[in-house]
Amino acid sequence: MTMRERMAQVSTFWNARSRFQQWGLLIPVVVFLLWLPVLNPPIITTEPATDFPIALFNAAVLALIAIGLNVVIGQAGLLDLGYVGFFAIGAYTTALLSSPDSLLGVRYPWLVIVPIAMLVTMISGVILGTPTLRLRGDYLAIVTLGFGEIVRLLADNIDPLRGNRGFQNIARPEASYPDGSPVFTQTDVLGFYWLAVCLIVIVLMLMGNLERSRVGRAWIAVREDEDAAELTGVPTYRFKIWAFAIGAAVGGLSGSLFAAQVGYVNNQRFDVATSILYLAAVVLGGAGNKVGVIVGAFLVSYIPDRFQFEPQYRFLVFGVALMVLMAFRPQGLLGMRQHLLAYGREAYQKLFGVRTGVAPSGMTPSTRAEGDLPETTPDDHAGTSPRGGGE
Amino acid sequence: MAASTEPWINFDVGLLIDRFWANTVNGLAYGSIYALVALGYTLVYGVLQLINFAHSEIFILGVFGVYLTFLALGFEPGAIPDLPLGFIIVDLVLAGLVGMAVSGFAAVLLERTAYRPLRRRNAPRLAFLITAIGASFVLQQVIRIWRGSNPEGTIRLLPPSPVFTIFGAPVTNLQIIIFLASLAMFFVADTFVNRSRLGRGIRAVAQDPNTATLMGVNRERVITITFLVGGVLAGVAGLFYLMTIPQGAVYNGGFLLGIKAFTAAVLGGIGNLRGALLGGLILGVAENYGQSLFGGDWRDIVAFVLLVVVLMFRPTGILGESLARSRA
Repeated sequence: MTMRERMAQVSTFWNARSRFQQWGLLIPVVVFLLWLPVLNPPIITTEPATDFPIALFNAAVLALIAIGLNVVIGQAGLLDLGYVGFFAIGAYTTALLSSPDSLLGVRYPWLVIVPIAMLVTMISGVILGTPTLRLRGDYLAIVTLGFGEIVRLLADNIDPLRGNRGFQNIARPEASYPDGSPVFTQTDVLGFYWLAVCLIVIVLMLMGNLERSRVGRAWIAVREDEDAAELTGVPTYRFKIWAFAIGAAVGGLSGSLFAAQVGYVNNQRFDVATSILYLAAVVLGGAGNKVGVIVGAFLVSYIPDRFQFEPQYRFLVFGVALMVLMAFRPQGLLGMRQHLLAYGREAYQKLFGVRTGVAPSGMTPSTRAEGDLPETTPDDHAGTSPRGGGE
Repeated sequence: MAASTEPWINFDVGLLIDRFWANTVNGLAYGSIYALVALGYTLVYGVLQLINFAHSEIFILGVFGVYLTFLALGFEPGAIPDLPLGFIIVDLVLAGLVGMAVSGFAAVLLERTAYRPLRRRNAPRLAFLITAIGASFVLQQVIRIWRGSNPEGTIRLLPPSPVFTIFGAPVTNLQIIIFLASLAMFFVADTFVNRSRLGRGIRAVAQDPNTATLMGVNRERVITITFLVGGVLAGVAGLFYLMTIPQGAVYNGGFLLGIKAFTAAVLGGIGNLRGALLGGLILGVAENYGQSLFGGDWRDIVAFVLLVVVLMFRPTGILGESLARSRA
């Protein structure tokens, strides 16, 4: 059995479960992930080279970034090479609103800052998107790259952003264990890791809802064929801006989380290489597949920590990985793209009352297995006004 | 505002006017380097509709080729050699030829190993672009592992000396050489594409690959030649770059210049050779004006902002895109 068929089977199995059953299967996985740094299992651990909770936290932050970037690249099919800019804006907003070094002179708690940081990045996403999203794909890639560099150069050059000196003592979330000791401290990453995993679960739930909504279908339509989408009444430009804004907000969230854990932000971490690393995470796992990009992020972050790559070889390895992947498996390791059948499956079941043998979501004609029923095109735009306007 | 001695951004119109001619001269000289690199982007884009992201690394390989030739010829970083002019010119030409060979070979190799397999598989455009990014990374990291991440020393074979002045702005011998040589290279490339038989093949493939193939144009050969020409021009740019920049060659030095050269190509109209020249010169000059107006730290931002603005208002550039339509 090929890997593709096996994954199709897993996908069918998963989709056949009810919501309750899905949660029943998911919760143990999440609990296990939360428990992992405490267990610190011998072969999996990255110690002594890297503290295991730190390695896991970094992987979790990258996973969160990858989920956000996946909205832009995987769902809407827009190649964004400046995503690190949003991450930077999130981190800097957190720093400006809480560090004593900031000229604003305020010290908001982290929980108050997070929505502000997400809003600010969202707005910056719209600002970047408004002029550039009318461009064709490859121009867009270069412009977003330029945007990432502009953000970095602004951090370098604008005095109140303190360049290399950076911001110290950034606010961290406040919570305490039952015995009164704080959960989130400079030295203990465990709490931050748990927070990151919880945020990933929440973001995944929201993204899942979004994907199954009109917005998600519009994104996929834009990705698959923008002209056709526009002709069928999808306001593509507006949905592309939404993709940018939502992707940016998740980037801001991860930047904010990162700033809180490190407690320090300066201009050193936001170069183009980092953006490419994010891209590698998304593409490696399989753009468009939420589980895939998490796996990709985990690989990109964890493997160098586990096998103690020389830092200088890290980028080389991922550069080669990108090239090899594009040549042999352009859809990524777990590339099961969600296609427009997300709701079509249910519509099909309602129309024909067939509960088994329906093509699992994510199958294009070329990926369909032999036994699958012929592709049907249920009225996937039900509920979409013919003029395509309106929310 | 922090009590800093200098504001973090200026708006110094006086300085802009003061240095107007000096900036123009500098900008034209530096802009011709952009133009040479931009020609490589434009040629490949015209034929394959691919942003050859790794072209900046092709360029920096040429720079290293030139630098290593200098070393091999016995020049040491720092010392300004006191040699007869003829000798220096021969050495420069030799280094330039090595740079052209290195860049040209690297470009063809890149095409063969990275892009051709994708073409065979009819990969989507995004796959090409991601491969190009990967290739750019790989080349950059290979140079870094090979030569380290510190800039190499500076070798000045030809110290700049003013030859004449325009409105009080000195024009150095280097600037004259770079500007004129770049123009000459451009005319060679332009004539090659517009007048020669092979050039007609390039334009035919740019216009319609399938029909061109049916008419007996060897598409793969045309693509190889396109990459070769782009690489050779990048090698020449590498020589000029090393002759002008204050700091030495460094592994990631190509990145910023590559982005700017691409901006130049888009500015003039990507796929259009004359556009690349025009865009390069405009970008070089605009950057220098921006530097005077806003302060030295803002120089690089000018290029990026210009890129965004141009794409917003005239996505096809000043002269319009397409190699195919700019036929002779």
